[in-house]
Amino acid sequence: MITSIRRILIGQKVIPICTIILGILFIITMLAPLIAPNDPIAVNLAYKLQPPSWEFPLGTDHLGRCNLSRLLFGGRISLGFAMLIFISSLTIGLIIGTFSGYKGGWVDQVLMRFCDGVMAFPSLILILGLVGIFGPGLQQVILALMLVQWVYYARMFRGMVLSLKEQNFIAAAKISGSSQWKIIKNHIIPNVLPPLVVMGTLEMGWAIMDISAMSFLGLGVQPPTPEWGAMIHEGKSYIRTNPELMLYPGLMIMLVIVTFNLLGEALSERYGVKRRS
Amino acid sequence: MGTFIIKRIMSIIPVFLLAALLTTGMIHLSPVDPAEAYLTAAHIEPTDEILAQKRHEFGLDQPFFMQYVNTIKKICQLDFGISYVSNKPVWDEVIHRIPATLQLALGSLFLAVLVSVPLGFFAGVKKNSAIDHFSRLLSFFGASIPSFWLGYILIFFFSVKMDLFPVEGIGTWQHLVLPSVTLALPLIAMYTRLLRTSILENLQEPYVLFARTRGIKEKTIMAKHILRIAISPMITGLGMNLGKLLTGTIIVETVFSWPGFGRYFIEAIFNRDIPIIQCYVLVAASLFILSNLMVDLIQMYIDPRISRKEGQQR
Repeated sequence: MITSIRRILIGQKVIPICTIILGILFIITMLAPLIAPNDPIAVNLAYKLQPPSWEFPLGTDHLGRCNLSRLLFGGRISLGFAMLIFISSLTIGLIIGTFSGYKGGWVDQVLMRFCDGVMAFPSLILILGLVGIFGPGLQQVILALMLVQWVYYARMFRGMVLSLKEQNFIAAAKISGSSQWKIIKNHIIPNVLPPLVVMGTLEMGWAIMDISAMSFLGLGVQPPTPEWGAMIHEGKSYIRTNPELMLYPGLMIMLVIVTFNLLGEALSERYGVKRRS
Repeated sequence: MGTFIIKRIMSIIPVFLLAALLTTGMIHLSPVDPAEAYLTAAHIEPTDEILAQKRHEFGLDQPFFMQYVNTIKKICQLDFGISYVSNKPVWDEVIHRIPATLQLALGSLFLAVLVSVPLGFFAGVKKNSAIDHFSRLLSFFGASIPSFWLGYILIFFFSVKMDLFPVEGIGTWQHLVLPSVTLALPLIAMYTRLLRTSILENLQEPYVLFARTRGIKEKTIMAKHILRIAISPMITGLGMNLGKLLTGTIIVETVFSWPGFGRYFIEAIFNRDIPIIQCYVLVAASLFILSNLMVDLIQMYIDPRISRKEGQQR
């Protein structure tokens, strides 16, 4: 039995299955305003802590809000902002890393020593320090995450540019008269893409974990806005009577992170990319 | 070897200076004036006069470079300023919260090593056996479960349902069990995986083949030759993950109402108690730097190839 589980988990089908799961999750959370059965922040104390019913498919929380609607809207924040952090830190990292690697010299030295400095510290401590100074709030958390994450991309892109500069096939393409655009499109992008996809997939998982951890601590999303980490934070007082209040959002976080990690691992195996541990 | 140690110790100085620079610069990034934050926390009506006086007291009217030098001087004397909320020196407040955090961190580190060394070892030696599959499943899920959620799941099953362990607080060894398990699981996941991979890699090395041809017993090769070398990346992981352990304590302390440094830090963020925030970042950074240093030294002791290689390069 174990081998058959293994075949499903690690085998060839992982990449499409994970992509489909994430695609579905992404679509239903983005469509939350259209498909959510109720208003996620409408307080109705008469309906508090209701069991599942047709009106509230997953029951209600301590303020009578629909759990399912809150889960859907919460995913919008987690997935949406994880995407935003990924894209923006990637862009900053791409610009600075490529520039640094291309330019070389003292510019490269200064930029890379700065990156080393940031990487010398555990990233969550830097993020917490920044949030501590800027004050609690979702915007501050996002900003802090971006300020820390771009460094890793910058290093990656710099390394790629440096190694690609040396490659014979780039030189050969140049000599044979390929245009700059053609070199980038046919030679650079195909080389840069696999590690980027792997890193991005794993990064999304981490970003979701970080955002929800911050919200759980009360530093990120502020009530009444629904977010998975914040929902666990609110549900924890009802652990004795209504454990499902913190069970549902936790399961969602886990589902998303497990899927991202599985996908990242399968991709890195497929393309032979080493993971950053 | 001696020069390598000295060089390695010297190399932490710039990192430390950078950490001090970051903490000094932090105040200037803040949207809130520290003097104002102090007065709000102390419930004093801010007037221009008191503000100016406080700013002078904090040294904020000096040029940035002087502030930086003063910060370094004060750090060397373990003077982190005065907490805005309790009005006591920060270091006195912090020092009696550190033992609780250390107890938790060391407890889970111990647990993590205790579980992951045998598990990773046997998983690597007997590849594709049941124990190997179990270890891979564990390391996969261990890395994906958010620790704040895991903590509550453990509380729900072991405290609420079975009433085996207390829900929160500190004191007896029973109090330590659930928080340590929560904190240890991601570490177990990572170390088991590291050790397993490292053992699999080492099995391919020529020295194993040589030992086998010499007719050394398989058990002896595994225990004496491979484990000693293969454990090296795990020690690096141990040092690299001290940061993870530290941030992990913040969350676990919050979940289990553990009276440690991490929870105090979170409270400080809510109270905008800037000296405590600075102190935490500095202490965490220093612990991280020192642990990395220690890891390097231990590794050099275990695997003498490292210092020889370094010696040849320079």
